[in-house]
Amino acid sequence: MFETLSDRLTSVFSSLRSKGRLSDADIDATCREIRIALLEADVALAVVKDFVARIKERARGAEVSQALNPAQQVVKIVNDELIEILGGETRRLRYAKTPPTVVMLAGLQGSGKTTLAGKLAKWLRDQGHAPLLVACDLQRPNAVQQLSVMAERAEVAVFAPEPGNGVGDPVAVARQSIEHARRQQHDVVIVDTAGRLGIDQELMRQAADIRDAISPDEVLFVVDAMIGQDAVSTAQAFMDGVGFDGVVLTKLDGDARGGAALSVRHVTGRPIMFASTGEKLADFDAFHPDRMAGRILDM
Amino acid sequence: LSRDRLDDEVWDEIEENLITADVGVAPTRAIVEDLRTKVKVLGTRTPSEVRAMLREELLTQIAPELDRTLHVRPHGERPAVVLVVGVNGTGKTTTSGKLARVLIGDGNKVVLGAADTFRAAAADQLQTWGDRVGATVVRGPEGGDPASVAFDAVAKGFEDHADTVIVDTAGRLHTKTGLMDELGKVKRVIEKRALVDEVLLVLDATTGQNGMRQAQVFAEVVNITGIALTKLDGTAKGGIVISVQRELGVPVKLVGLGEGPDDLAPFDPEVFVDAILGD
Ligand SMILES: Nc1nc2c(ncn2[C@@H]2O[C@H](COP(=O)(O)OP(=O)(O)OP(=O)(O)O)[C@@H](O)[C@H]2O)c(=O)[nH]1
Ligand SMILES: Nc1nc2c(ncn2[C@@H]2O[C@H](COP(=O)(O)OP(=O)(O)OP(=O)(O)O)[C@@H](O)[C@H]2O)c(=O)[nH]1
Ligand SMILES: [K+]
Ligand SMILES: [Mg+2]
Ligand SMILES: [Mg+2]
Repeated sequence: MFETLSDRLTSVFSSLRSKGRLSDADIDATCREIRIALLEADVALAVVKDFVARIKERARGAEVSQALNPAQQVVKIVNDELIEILGGETRRLRYAKTPPTVVMLAGLQGSGKTTLAGKLAKWLRDQGHAPLLVACDLQRPNAVQQLSVMAERAEVAVFAPEPGNGVGDPVAVARQSIEHARRQQHDVVIVDTAGRLGIDQELMRQAADIRDAISPDEVLFVVDAMIGQDAVSTAQAFMDGVGFDGVVLTKLDGDARGGAALSVRHVTGRPIMFASTGEKLADFDAFHPDRMAGRILDM
Repeated sequence: LSRDRLDDEVWDEIEENLITADVGVAPTRAIVEDLRTKVKVLGTRTPSEVRAMLREELLTQIAPELDRTLHVRPHGERPAVVLVVGVNGTGKTTTSGKLARVLIGDGNKVVLGAADTFRAAAADQLQTWGDRVGATVVRGPEGGDPASVAFDAVAKGFEDHADTVIVDTAGRLHTKTGLMDELGKVKRVIEKRALVDEVLLVLDATTGQNGMRQAQVFAEVVNITGIALTKLDGTAKGGIVISVQRELGVPVKLVGLGEGPDDLAPFDPEVFVDAILGD
């Protein structure tokens, strides 16, 4: 099983003799261990390289005192740096000046978009909003029913004029939903879309068409915390194909270390806004950078 | 000296190649070390020779000799039973539908059991697949007991003289002991009536190192006999299955290559390795 980064560094520093600045050799050995720890947490390799380079810089300047457990001091540097990257510019949902506020969800197949749509709707309803869920996944078998059930459970309205399962035009549904929301005085519109691969040009085009039809205030990229090295190419593909403003990390109730959080943040610069932590509607939280840093480092 | 530099670059490239395919740090190191030793012993000179050796090494790691036959043939009066398991959203329901399609295409009669009574519209989704591929679907009340739906599906399989019963289960994280116990019960209840011939763990190719934990825990609870590696049509390579196969001795039997009914294929070690190497 995984050793924690502290364990790894403790063994590196057990051979450290002098107090004061770390020697280049100490720093190299330290950085090797940090690299392994991050890779085992599924942080993407390209991101690990940049991150370790940053840590190297800081470690060079740092006074590390032998008396005060050098391993812990370096872990703290790494932890602080992670929190800074994960947390820089955290922000809340942006509401439109003139309602409705339009939120569009996008992501790979099975990442948790439809479930998140229900969670967001409930969360907004609990705060006194009147959200509308919009069924724009007309492709995956029974996605429309699934969203309708979520709406029922969240006690919110759903706009599902097409049956789906290959029938209906998602771009048209998206467009009509805004009119519908205005008429019915919904102040937030949450648009669920079909899962798609980053390399699926046609479906990525469709996502861009949906976006253009509704001019969303927020496009949220929904990503599974269990994702590995592919996080970088997928995040980049969604960034290029449809663009997004924020990230939601799902299935955080498992034991995946969630290095994807760092990968996606690093390559797209978009903040992680929410955490999805279970299958029930209430399993939803704001994103906490400090918890995520600890989780990636297994602390 | 310049020769050494070139070599270092080659080794770095190989290491990066494996790591970005989700093979994992420790297995990557082991593979690279092995290869370095062989290169020394054989006096290999060119990067292309090293690459060819890497391909061989990966093929060895993926154990092409493993028996990847799906146990889906009936035993006299008794239908074969396939139990489909895995964490949330990996492609269990889709794989169940596609597998039914393949079997029906071969002239078999298939019953699908909708033992996901939990997720919204899960049974409807399986029903759509059943209608699409021509399989009977047995379902229970929403929120009902999944084990009894599984049992009913197997009973229906006997009654209809079906060849294969495929039981689709709810996605569950391996960390949730209550849900894992429930899955164990699903299997035990089926076994009151019939043997479970195949327990397919559905792994999503985008999964990173957590895939190993998933496989370990599912193997403990329901003794998986095969792996279906889905979503290989994307950019992810699914390299974690190398460790999974080696540690658990459970072969990858199927790959998912899309969302359509025909997007299922037998696992081909050479195709898998070549995809990792990017050729
Ligand atoms: N444990 C856990 N399961 C989740 C979470 N979010 C979603 N799920 C489950 O993951 C599976 C997939 O979720 P969906 O919401 O259907 O995912 P999706 O992105 O809409 O999938 P497609 O529409 O097929 O692309 C379902 O079984 C959900 O119950 C989470 O935070 N934790
Ligand atoms: N691109 C691609 N998508 C797939 C593949 N297999 C399944 N999917 C898609 O992945 C999503 C989830 O598939 P499901 O079959 O619902 O997954 P599941 O494991 O049954 O999900 P839960 O029951 O919610 O845990 C759907 O959008 C499927 O269409 C595949 O091989 N390739
Ligand atoms: K692939
Ligand atoms: Mg969905
Ligand atoms: Mg399912």
